[in-house]
Amino acid sequence: MTLKNEDVRNIAQLARLQIDDSTIEQLTSDLSNILALAEQMKAMDTTNVIPMAHPMDAIQRLRDDEVTETDQRDKFQGIAPDVENGFYRVPKVIE
Amino acid sequence: MMAKTIKQIQQGLAQKKFSSVEITQHFLDRIDSHNSTINCFITVTGELALQQAKSADLVIARGEAQALTGIPLAHKDIFCTDGIKTSCASRMLDNFIAPYDATIIEKFKLGGAVMLGKTNMDEFAMGSSNENSFYGPVANPWDFERVPGGSSGGSAAAVAASLAPAATGTDTGGSIRQPAALCGISGIKPTYGRVSRYGMIAFGSSLDQGGPLAHSAEDCAILLQTMAGFDPRDSTSIDRAVPDYSEQLNADIKGLKIGLPKELFAEGLDSDVAKVIETAIQEYRRLGAEVVDIQLPNSNLAIPVYYVVAPAECSSNLSRFDGVRFGHRCDNPIDLEDLYKRSRAEGFGDEVKRRIMIGTYVLSAGYYDAYYLKAQQLRRLIKQDYEKAFEQVDVILCPVTPEVAFKQGAKTDDPVSMYLQDIYTLSLNLAGLPGISIPAGFSQQLPVGMQLIGNYFDESRLLNVAHQFQQVTDWHLKAPEVG
Repeated sequence: MTLKNEDVRNIAQLARLQIDDSTIEQLTSDLSNILALAEQMKAMDTTNVIPMAHPMDAIQRLRDDEVTETDQRDKFQGIAPDVENGFYRVPKVIE
Repeated sequence: MMAKTIKQIQQGLAQKKFSSVEITQHFLDRIDSHNSTINCFITVTGELALQQAKSADLVIARGEAQALTGIPLAHKDIFCTDGIKTSCASRMLDNFIAPYDATIIEKFKLGGAVMLGKTNMDEFAMGSSNENSFYGPVANPWDFERVPGGSSGGSAAAVAASLAPAATGTDTGGSIRQPAALCGISGIKPTYGRVSRYGMIAFGSSLDQGGPLAHSAEDCAILLQTMAGFDPRDSTSIDRAVPDYSEQLNADIKGLKIGLPKELFAEGLDSDVAKVIETAIQEYRRLGAEVVDIQLPNSNLAIPVYYVVAPAECSSNLSRFDGVRFGHRCDNPIDLEDLYKRSRAEGFGDEVKRRIMIGTYVLSAGYYDAYYLKAQQLRRLIKQDYEKAFEQVDVILCPVTPEVAFKQGAKTDDPVSMYLQDIYTLSLNLAGLPGISIPAGFSQQLPVGMQLIGNYFDESRLLNVAHQFQQVTDWHLKAPEVG
């Protein structure tokens, strides 16, 4: 799989990563090489093989719906970049 | 030196040869002298360590010591430590003071262990050389110009240079076993689900597993005893009794069936490394083990499958780092999208960005089936190979790495050449099996590791088989001269 610079820009947009124009050529080449490695999978026939998501094929464990955590908002917001009145502040989203 | 291993420190403390404060100060002094060269610690928690050591000495004086009371340890900077910087070696978390303890940190605290500090690593555990750290590369104590392996490179180097008697690490594709091999120490990656992942910053959630790095299998057993066990706070933790890992260490291995997968001794393996492994196999024959040839026909797929599955999981896990609630935020964002994109671009290093982008791509509409689903199907075939092999043998023996520690900078320009370093370690994580790396000899005056792979939850046997080797060899006792 050979990617084009434009493909890489699209992927970066999906991943919410700002890409510097000066690095795009190198990045396109690196990502294409990694995908070329992944291409080796294509030669294998996997008809009827059930995909494996978990090493023990375990299912999600559920617990009773009980309160187990205490409120630690102040502690958690103490490490936030920008808070006000208990809220996380970000640039204006709606005009 | 006062004492080097966990076992020796346990004995020294019990016989009052030294106090926990004294042994802790001894390691802090060594960190002070050598960390500027080796760069294996990101944060040294000297004051806290001495406080904990003082408390431990009181517990010891009261005769209430547990196995790890007063024993100094270092922790990979991927484990959240309440009130202490937890950076994952990333600029993204350079300002992150964890608001809680990871389960294993809590367990070590309850067990009375002393924390010396947090060790350097590849950023977000992505790398095989510890060159992807925001805090700079770690030097291999055997040759400062060479890499210590990764991603738990700081932990491995700290133990090899005796700046800590043992350390924690994590292993997503070899990140405990490979640095252990390149630094000449022992490290075990337990069965997936054996050690809690709560508070361990996630990279590949179906692959990640924490474990110890130490001077011997015996020390690994002591540490794993505290680390292992069910944790309701980790939804993938397995609820299964933890055996006494030290009890089995001395069991006779006569009649043990060791499998040699010919695929993992094929081209690409350095001939000197192969010779060291051959000699180790002879040692096991002398100990009465039976060596059998086995096949793992799909092992050549481990690299492509891993480098689809792990980035996919990474792209999902690392989407939480958005500059909003914690971690790095860019200056003067013009809007929310700019805040996300620049915070992430500034916060993540190159390798992390590459993996996020590969993961985003293989999970995106139109490519999901061809890459991600295909990789998951092949993952099952890799696991089935192991299941078949374990019908024939008790453990599998193979190399850990294709070559000894390489020079810093040798592979940084070519991500794919770096990925090929993981050829012998990745398939275990894909299958969820436990594996241990122990020193087996030297090539070019650099340590060579040997890997033993066990069946699910068979850590006791792996530790036993490794310990028996260490009873008749002294490779694990060799130490680099760092002064």
